[in-house]
Amino acid sequence: MNRQYIIRRLLIAIPSLLGISVILFGILAMAPGDPFEELATNPAIPPEVRMALRAKFGLDDPVWQRYLHWFSAMVQGDWGFSFQSRMDVDRLILQRLPVTLIVIGASQILAISVAIPVGVLAAIKPYSIFDQIASTFAMIGFSLPTFFTGLVLILVFSIQLDWLPFVYRADINAKGWAFYGEHIKQSIMPVVVLGLAQAGTLVRFMRSSVLDVIRLDYVTTARSKGIGERKVIVRHVVRNALIPVVTLIALQLPAVFGGAIVTEQIFRVPGIGSLLIAAIQANDTPVVMGVTFIISCLVVLFNLIADILYGWLDPRISFR
Amino acid sequence: MNEKEMRRLIGEVKHGKLSRRAFAQRMMAVGLSAPMATQLLAIAGVAHAQPKSQYKPTKRGGGGLLKVLWWQGPTLLNPHFAVGTKDQDGSRLFYDPLAAWDPDGNLKPKLAASIPGREDGTLAADGKSAVWKLRQNVTWHDGKPFTADDVVFNWEYAKDPATAATTAASYNECVVEKIDQYSVMVKFAKATPFWADAFVGTRGMIIPKHLFAEYSGAKSREAPTNLKPVGTGPYMFKDFKPGDLVAGVINPNFYENNKPYFDAIEMKGGGDAISAARAVLQSGEYDFAWNLQVEDEILARLEKGGKGKVVISPGGNIEHIQLNTTDPWTEVDGERSSLKTKHPTLSDPAVRQAISLLVDKDSIEKHIYGRTGPATANFVNNPARFVSKTTKFEFNVDKANEVLEKAGWKKGADGIREKDGKKLKFVYQTSINQPRQKTQAIVKQAAQKAGIDIELKSVTASVFFSSDVANPDTYTKFYCDLQMYTTTMSQPDPEVFMVQFASYEAATKENKWQGRNITRWQNKAYDDNYKAAQSEVDPVKRAAMFVEANNMVINNYVVIPVVSRPGVSASGLKLNNSISGWDNNTWDLSDWYKDA
Repeated sequence: MNRQYIIRRLLIAIPSLLGISVILFGILAMAPGDPFEELATNPAIPPEVRMALRAKFGLDDPVWQRYLHWFSAMVQGDWGFSFQSRMDVDRLILQRLPVTLIVIGASQILAISVAIPVGVLAAIKPYSIFDQIASTFAMIGFSLPTFFTGLVLILVFSIQLDWLPFVYRADINAKGWAFYGEHIKQSIMPVVVLGLAQAGTLVRFMRSSVLDVIRLDYVTTARSKGIGERKVIVRHVVRNALIPVVTLIALQLPAVFGGAIVTEQIFRVPGIGSLLIAAIQANDTPVVMGVTFIISCLVVLFNLIADILYGWLDPRISFR
Repeated sequence: MNEKEMRRLIGEVKHGKLSRRAFAQRMMAVGLSAPMATQLLAIAGVAHAQPKSQYKPTKRGGGGLLKVLWWQGPTLLNPHFAVGTKDQDGSRLFYDPLAAWDPDGNLKPKLAASIPGREDGTLAADGKSAVWKLRQNVTWHDGKPFTADDVVFNWEYAKDPATAATTAASYNECVVEKIDQYSVMVKFAKATPFWADAFVGTRGMIIPKHLFAEYSGAKSREAPTNLKPVGTGPYMFKDFKPGDLVAGVINPNFYENNKPYFDAIEMKGGGDAISAARAVLQSGEYDFAWNLQVEDEILARLEKGGKGKVVISPGGNIEHIQLNTTDPWTEVDGERSSLKTKHPTLSDPAVRQAISLLVDKDSIEKHIYGRTGPATANFVNNPARFVSKTTKFEFNVDKANEVLEKAGWKKGADGIREKDGKKLKFVYQTSINQPRQKTQAIVKQAAQKAGIDIELKSVTASVFFSSDVANPDTYTKFYCDLQMYTTTMSQPDPEVFMVQFASYEAATKENKWQGRNITRWQNKAYDDNYKAAQSEVDPVKRAAMFVEANNMVINNYVVIPVVSRPGVSASGLKLNNSISGWDNNTWDLSDWYKDA
């Protein structure tokens, strides 16, 4: 592994992040709306109060000035101040990031642990009944949007069966096992919704990748050497078939964050996705900038991780 | 209703011939709010109502966790910064005002020991001062005593322009003086019939001086207590995640005995109104859900889940159609709908009358809003469906045709009426919101039968309600003939509310469309009446003037009221709570309890 390569990639990331921030800020500035809109429609609040607030938060300055102000603060590690909650943006995000990471992490683990074995088994015996069933479910999984599967799960498991709660509570008044029990119970539905949508794509990908590899000569050679079928599959087929899948997983993670926004809204999961939605609705520019910036950093980071993993799995790929 | 009649009614209440509630209902029928009615009684010397307590629990605590859903969660917890009712509702867990408005518009003492009244001399007959006696047993959550200094401090804090408090309007016009440790006097420069504004209700919550004194004015946003409230309320602060969660635990030293019932409270935010209704009505996961702007049909279906009930609380919000008095299609000095123009067709009173006859309010109520939007005739609300003697509404296509025919509007070859080459073609805009689009369709259909062609336009809410000067589609610009939205009456007194028809308040390019008068109606008689009402010392005369103002707006068809929009919430079947349309949903949180 080449350290120089990583440093170079990180340096290249800087201009793209900068560009992203300029575009984001510009779009937000052009978008209609005003963070103190609600004050404007309320006749009991004098317009001077709104004007004073706008001046206080620098909303009356020209866009480029506001951007430079935001940028210079950001470089110094100051993420800005939320108009809506009068709280530092980094604090707001830190409050919510853990929940998002737990839910997304759990859903990714679920997706991978379902998709890889299913994809491999389906490829070993293509067009068998198992393969047909797996393909059907995969198709359903990636074609149904999360807001639909989410609602269906709520109707079945919360309303009809009354087994699971559909409002996610970050604060649970319990200790020890009960605390974890409650957390797992309320996480089941959001994690399943997100995980299965992911698993659908992964199953299809894994299956075709294994099918590509399994026909290669070296696999036949391995078999003819008398190595057990199980060992051939695990050691020789899966390892090579995983290479494109790993890239896919890494590259898809940012998209998962996007998908999580909807899921978080449905189940009221207090993650950064629901924070982003609320901030967009309230025209709370600093918070929108903060959250979207984190998501774009993740995209850049996971792109890099994908490339590095690629080289690790397949030493023939070199970096320059 | 004139002044004389009003005085007679007040006399009847005084002598016990008429109940307070009946009086309030009559006042509402002519367009006044319930709190306004009870204020009239107070100043006339009728003793305040003694709100009956329905509270049954005999000891403090033991009720477990109270779970409430605000699908837009509070984003800040300093009541003086509150942007919307959600923030006020959240702050109300921890902070109390001196007094609060109950559902009938009566004042209920909170931090005050009693309500100022004429009988004990605490309310001046000239309406220029009121003395509030404070409870003496109140401590802040950190153990410090609550005194008159705190009350005076809140006035100083809110009126300071550098603080930019959203409550400023309630404190700018008065002077607050400490009389002794437990009483304060609120003084007004001019007679103020509506004296119970500062320190009362939604904008009256009191914050502690000892924690905010250092952070007054420009430094206000740095106060650590902004995010960690220390109040006097039934619950003490535990946790706050803006937009997601406000959590509190029981205040063991709450100033009223045996209250509150619940050991802790959790106010959860996020999601949408329908799923919030579902969590209370259908699955029973939550005890209470706020502001359910959902079609009544859906609410009724969810209610069949049998876990909760829908609670309707009448207030002052009203969905109305505005008729432009200026010409939206001609540009003068860089603005359309300029005061220098006159609407080519809507300036004819007959056309206005015809349009008002074509709004089928009963169908709109029946098929669209249901319980969540009773049809109304008055601009100022009319909750209990009392038919006013002066203003009434009817839906009558034939009559509309007749009125137009008489005024010389003849149907052309295309079925659209015209006169002097001007056709009755209108653009009718509103924000995107399903009930509104359905209402538009109902109006359009009826108008067609009367030979009026209406083109419907819907604008995204975030654009429509924005104050963006550059955007032509905002409601304040009103660049079309008709428009519809809900105007909120955030204050029980009509003075602020009725300013939206004063000529000098017209929204124009000059004032960056900040003027409150969106219809740009210019009427000298209204202005004179309004100005006279503002300086009227006699509260009864003043009330009569506002009734007159309301009549002028309706009889001139400046706006067409459609339905009033009461507060809609959902409560679990076992939960006992009182929701007031004149105050926050959580105004009486200390008295909430569950049946065992």
